[in-house]
Amino acid sequence: MLGIIRQKVAGKLNHALNFEQGVGAVALRAFSSSAKQMTVRDALNSALEEEMSADPKVFIMGEEVGEYQGAYKITKGLLDKFGPERVVDTPITEAGFTGIGVGAAYHGLRPVIEFMTFNFSMQAIDHIINSAAKSNYMSSGQISVPIVFRGPNGAAAGVGAQHSQCYAAWYGSCPGLKVLAPYSAEDARGLLKAAIRDPDPVVFLENELLYGESFPVSAETLDSSFCLPIGKAKIEREGKDVTITAYSKMVGFSLQAADILAKEGINAEVINLRSIRPLDRSTINASVRKTNRLVTVEEGFPQHGVGAEICATVVEDSFEYLDAPVERIAGADVPTPYAANIERLAFPQVEDIVRASKRACYRSR
Amino acid sequence: MAQLTHRASALHKSIPAVLFAARGLATASTSPITVETSLPFTGHKIDPPSRSVETSSQELLTFFRDMALMRRMEIAADSLYKAKLIRGFCHLYDGQEAVCVGMEAAINKKDCIITAYRDHCIFLGRGGTLLEAFAELMGRKSGCSKGKGGSMHFYKKEGGFYGGHGIVGAQVPLGCGLAFAQKYSKDESVTFAMYGDGAANQGQLFEALNMAALWDLPAILVCENNHYGMGTAEWRAAKSPAYYKRGDYVPGLKVDGMDVLAVKQACKFAKEHALKNGPIILEMDTYRYHGHSMSDPGSTYRTRDEISGVRQERDPIERVRKLILTHDIATEKELKDTEKEVRKEVDEAIAQAKESPMPDPSELFTNVYVKGLGTESFGADRKELRTVLP
Repeated sequence: MLGIIRQKVAGKLNHALNFEQGVGAVALRAFSSSAKQMTVRDALNSALEEEMSADPKVFIMGEEVGEYQGAYKITKGLLDKFGPERVVDTPITEAGFTGIGVGAAYHGLRPVIEFMTFNFSMQAIDHIINSAAKSNYMSSGQISVPIVFRGPNGAAAGVGAQHSQCYAAWYGSCPGLKVLAPYSAEDARGLLKAAIRDPDPVVFLENELLYGESFPVSAETLDSSFCLPIGKAKIEREGKDVTITAYSKMVGFSLQAADILAKEGINAEVINLRSIRPLDRSTINASVRKTNRLVTVEEGFPQHGVGAEICATVVEDSFEYLDAPVERIAGADVPTPYAANIERLAFPQVEDIVRASKRACYRSR
Repeated sequence: MAQLTHRASALHKSIPAVLFAARGLATASTSPITVETSLPFTGHKIDPPSRSVETSSQELLTFFRDMALMRRMEIAADSLYKAKLIRGFCHLYDGQEAVCVGMEAAINKKDCIITAYRDHCIFLGRGGTLLEAFAELMGRKSGCSKGKGGSMHFYKKEGGFYGGHGIVGAQVPLGCGLAFAQKYSKDESVTFAMYGDGAANQGQLFEALNMAALWDLPAILVCENNHYGMGTAEWRAAKSPAYYKRGDYVPGLKVDGMDVLAVKQACKFAKEHALKNGPIILEMDTYRYHGHSMSDPGSTYRTRDEISGVRQERDPIERVRKLILTHDIATEKELKDTEKEVRKEVDEAIAQAKESPMPDPSELFTNVYVKGLGTESFGADRKELRTVLP
């Protein structure tokens, strides 16, 4: 199927794969006053609820997911609806409960393991990589691991060095894992449902600051059968002058940057990656072949980051199309400071994306 | 009663008694008073120490003042957080003051303390100042970590305080490592590695404890059991919540953590044990009045009656107040005056902290390494902000 897709024209490809964008866009223009809004939190909660209703093998495990209703209220109401066998509160022991979750997946259950933040997943990373990601391969297909690891990833606000790291690049480099990073409510619903249904281990990187944000959702998105394909990026905003790739919260910043750039006559195309692994190289390359310029945006550390991989992929596949060096906007190359003024310097701001885009268009100074 | 002179240092252990104009502290007797702890100690694989604790008028007054200061600091931090002057996470220690104050009375600054993120009062106990604490909470230059750490990352190395750690349980192996270094250097000191009932189930604790026992490290593991790991009560997290017994082959002691004299006695006992026989666990039965953090109301998993019940029956400051009054060491008015002074000291420190500027932007890049080796580092836009690490 992938081979066939590669032969299609880029524009048609994007339209076909991003049908829901078209629906959403039409809904917005024609019916903006009646478009339903949903927070990312509610999107995740409803996705969990629907998947748990549909498949009794799906269960949730993590700290404060049950009686506390979720540290960030993502699992609110689920304990009441499904009971303590399916919504399991754990002690503060990530290595232990992650191993237990992976073991349950070996035996055919479909666990959703919540990390209160992905910083704590480091306590359990051996199980995510060695016990989950590699098992299907090592057992040549006998032991598959239909597990989802989800939770907030990246920076929040003022939470300091040990609570602010983005793990997209680390998990994204590991074969055997699928790694998703939703942005909008539609992403959250469609990608989480896809992740739970997927037979492989999925790392699902949410963002705390996006939980409370509302997005318009179509009737199709709200349907319980709604699912988004894993491995496909979404073109959030079409453009022709420069391609901006981003994931999670940075998609919002990139869209803001695109509005600012538009006022200066630069028409930016913003790609919401949605999937870190598999990375949608064809959408990215098709876009760069159209715009000839690329800015990658991420919150994580720059060295060996997601942007570095995107740059390499474009240089490998679309070198002749590049009219300017690839620009990388990323988190600063330092542990995250607490003080507000320097924390701001540690993460990409809209003006950084604007500036890099202008440089890519040879429009700075 | 004359005003206490404004001092930068919060705790009086480091200040000569003569500088106190307060009747109680300056003229307070250091002659021994013997007090019984509220409850006997319970031992696991060890004979517990006696319930009779030697103290003095001066020590009791110091305990009162120190705990009142810590209480006031934490309550003030609550207000600052609600005023959005403190950001991110803020985990308050009010209710647990007796643990760090009693511990300090039994040890010196060569001994080490390490804890998790509920660290403001422990920092004060190790010689940290109110200004350093409030400035750090507000992300200012005068903070103990120059504003770069925040609430969970207070340190005072010269006072033997090694932080201030955000990841539950991590501080326990680190504490055993401090003890390893102390034994290696033969410096006759010990480490108190503090953790909560939530962290007590962490595997890394047992790994480190096994090694500490194998190698006879002078490590004292102190479980501050406030009975809730965030929103999860101890009986929902631990098959055996008898944390002082969880060391199995490592002896343990259960202590009333709301009784500062019991804490002092237990820590003195533990230090002697650890220097001779290796690790020991102390379980401090304590309570936090606030929720887990400022983001947690603390009332969805506990009743208000429970919280007010502890406040009425077991408050550590009230216990010492009663002792002081019963032994005629000071009057009620004098103690209230002390509380007023302490409040003023806290208010002045906050005012001073508010004057402290935010860190200079260049601080983004300082202290990444001790030795930069000419490495380049970058801001969010690597072509706009780049530097060579100092």
